[in-house]
Amino acid sequence: MPKEWLLGIAGGSLIGIAVSLMLLWNGRVVGISGVMNGVLNPIPGDTSWRLSLLSGLIMGGILMKFTAPSFLEVKFHSETHIGILAGVLVGFGSLMGGGCTSGHGVCGVSRLSLRSWIATAVFSGSGMVSVWLLRSTGMFV
Amino acid sequence: MKTNIACFSVGLLFAIGLCLSGMAQPAKIIGFLDISGNWDPTLLFTMGGAFSVHAVTYRIIRKRKRPLLSPNWHIPVSRAINPRLIFGSMIFGVGWGLGGYCPTPTVVSFASLESRPLVVFISLIFGMILYKLSIRNHGFKRNA
Repeated sequence: MPKEWLLGIAGGSLIGIAVSLMLLWNGRVVGISGVMNGVLNPIPGDTSWRLSLLSGLIMGGILMKFTAPSFLEVKFHSETHIGILAGVLVGFGSLMGGGCTSGHGVCGVSRLSLRSWIATAVFSGSGMVSVWLLRSTGMFV
Repeated sequence: MKTNIACFSVGLLFAIGLCLSGMAQPAKIIGFLDISGNWDPTLLFTMGGAFSVHAVTYRIIRKRKRPLLSPNWHIPVSRAINPRLIFGSMIFGVGWGLGGYCPTPTVVSFASLESRPLVVFISLIFGMILYKLSIRNHGFKRNA
């Protein structure tokens, strides 16, 4: 089995442990789009845990940067203006659809929520179509 | 304070897992979504790893009366399968494919000191604000 697949299983299991600890400690799901949304629209007493979680994510990135920077390699396939459009769609769509890859894809799917299974299937499908469109219009760099 | 330390640790562990799996790299995401190219199934193994752990732990943990640090559970209750779920997820997926970034890796990738994840992050915040404005103007009820 290729090394990346094994690392995928190992990294995925760590993510599984992280979201399990969140549930055990705070009774919450880890949905990063929702967490960001809560920071944008702060409710007193409901913001500091969100900032702590986001700081943990940033600190994890910094730790990787110093130990194994290749895991943070940024090699993209689209031009900057496509990247901007991408961000806007991701932000808009994740709020509209009530979750992203973490909230629906990891937590909801593990909880066997039909809603999250459908969301995950839909965004994986439309993601495949959009990559295919980039390719077929020659915008894939 | 305990809650903040707990959330920080969860974020730290999540970020390390995300990086190890390769999913902080847009090239790996695109490798998975690019079915007409050189398809890379690593994302499936990552999702499988997370699922095999959390599908089990979820059931065990939910047997408790309450979480350790909170008086009650905060699990999403919506079961609605409606156009908003479908179209929202569809829009999200299109952006995911165009940029190779979902929200979490943009934050984890601040440390790369590269401009792209930051550009996507800022656009993402803009997209969220845009959605907020659109529901305000159309009077849709917010999905908590």
